[in-house]
Amino acid sequence: MKVELRNVTKAFGTNRVLDDVSFEAEFAHVLALIGPSGGGKSTLLRLLAGLDRPDSGTILVDGIALERSEESLRLYRRTIGTVFQAYNLFPHLSARDNVVLPLVEVHGLSKAAAAARADDVLQRFQLIAHADKQPGLLSGGQRQRVAIARALAIEPKFLLLDEPTSALDPEMTAEVLDVIAELRTLGQPIILVTHEMGFARQSADLVAFVADGGIRECAPAGTFFSNPTTPETRKFLEKILKY
Amino acid sequence: MEFLFDRIDKPSPAWAKVVTACGLLALYSALCFWIFSSSIQNWEKVWGYRAVFFNGWMLTIGISAVALVLSTVFGVAAALARRNSFLPLRYTAIFYVETVRGVPLLFLVMFGYYGLATLLHWNDRLPVGILILSLFSGAYIAEVIRSGIESVGRSQWDSARAIGLTPAQTYRFVIFPQVLRQTLPPLAGQFASLIKDSSLLSIIGIPELTFAAQQVNSATYSTFEAYLPLGVCYLVLTLPISLWTKSLERRVSYES
Repeated sequence: MKVELRNVTKAFGTNRVLDDVSFEAEFAHVLALIGPSGGGKSTLLRLLAGLDRPDSGTILVDGIALERSEESLRLYRRTIGTVFQAYNLFPHLSARDNVVLPLVEVHGLSKAAAAARADDVLQRFQLIAHADKQPGLLSGGQRQRVAIARALAIEPKFLLLDEPTSALDPEMTAEVLDVIAELRTLGQPIILVTHEMGFARQSADLVAFVADGGIRECAPAGTFFSNPTTPETRKFLEKILKY
Repeated sequence: MEFLFDRIDKPSPAWAKVVTACGLLALYSALCFWIFSSSIQNWEKVWGYRAVFFNGWMLTIGISAVALVLSTVFGVAAALARRNSFLPLRYTAIFYVETVRGVPLLFLVMFGYYGLATLLHWNDRLPVGILILSLFSGAYIAEVIRSGIESVGRSQWDSARAIGLTPAQTYRFVIFPQVLRQTLPPLAGQFASLIKDSSLLSIIGIPELTFAAQQVNSATYSTFEAYLPLGVCYLVLTLPISLWTKSLERRVSYES
């Protein structure tokens, strides 16, 4: 798939989080966005998810520009799957009902068909034993996997994952990364904001470094980590790979 | 006598609590009987008016039930209006909630009936009274519901938008179910207040429970015998609600 940004600016107050960013990336499976906190990764992901609008500029996904009206952005959001850091699930609904809700209310499936599809996805993620539990009874890793299952059940064009493991302990992180790696092998396009450098190196086709209001570097994972070209990237990688 | 002390590190047994409660009830009853029995003998006279009490009690229940439904409608509408982006709507809701909460119900009843309704030539006491009570209670319910909506995290709105729900669907499937679970205990408490507050409608001559007790009092000249059942009748209605509220509070807590 292909994403393209043309002169995109997004500011919160006087803080220009993304400042006149132009960027183009074409990849088969996984695009990883990395960079320091506050550098604009999550803002960029929210723009790509159609949750926020840029102040100026255009975003194109697979050659089609995102429109600005909330109505058309909602239609766009219905075609993709977005998973946040935490608190994705609705706490009053069971895991299964969390997956069923968008299928029935947004995508018009019958209740029976939606439940069957939900059980299918939960089965694939080894979550079927927890299908009737509310999120409060699930572990953090299980919750994130249910959230990914919900995003995937609508058969999205691609998945957007915003630091899906940053609120998890190492064991649960591995559990969620396993799921993402598996999706990759199934050919599901994914755009991922992550702090897991090992995972980005191993699984991403492309890695983009987002810092100081722009995309400083974008390269295939191998060259990005072994041979970073900009000094900012080099400094960032040195710092985080030190320990 | 160690069992009379309920300490965190050494809780008293269940039987001790039952025995204490029953013993105290007997003790206080005996005390009242000893003090008042010689001077109070008009129970038969008051018993003759039991139909008046019963009708008043029924009307109190009816008024409270209708006002509960109406005040919930007002409360939800005002809570949503207060969150609306359209300023005239938002400010109207704020004006309604803050003025009503800032004045005594007694003022609202007198001004609403003798002041406004009379000027409008609307003299049906009962509907006017119920409307005033509902508007009063609705303002408090609005604040309960608004704080309930605000306690649902930002992330829930994000998640709902991300899966493509419309704002109306988000309220229906995501926000309101969570608000309901959280606000049911305070709403039940508000219902108990509503029952008690309905007593003020007696001053505009609606023959509910308090008005009935006043009538019995003036007919029999037996104040104590007329007003004691009044308190008991309110307690019969409000105590179960208060106990139910307590059990709800224990049940609603869930991790999100």
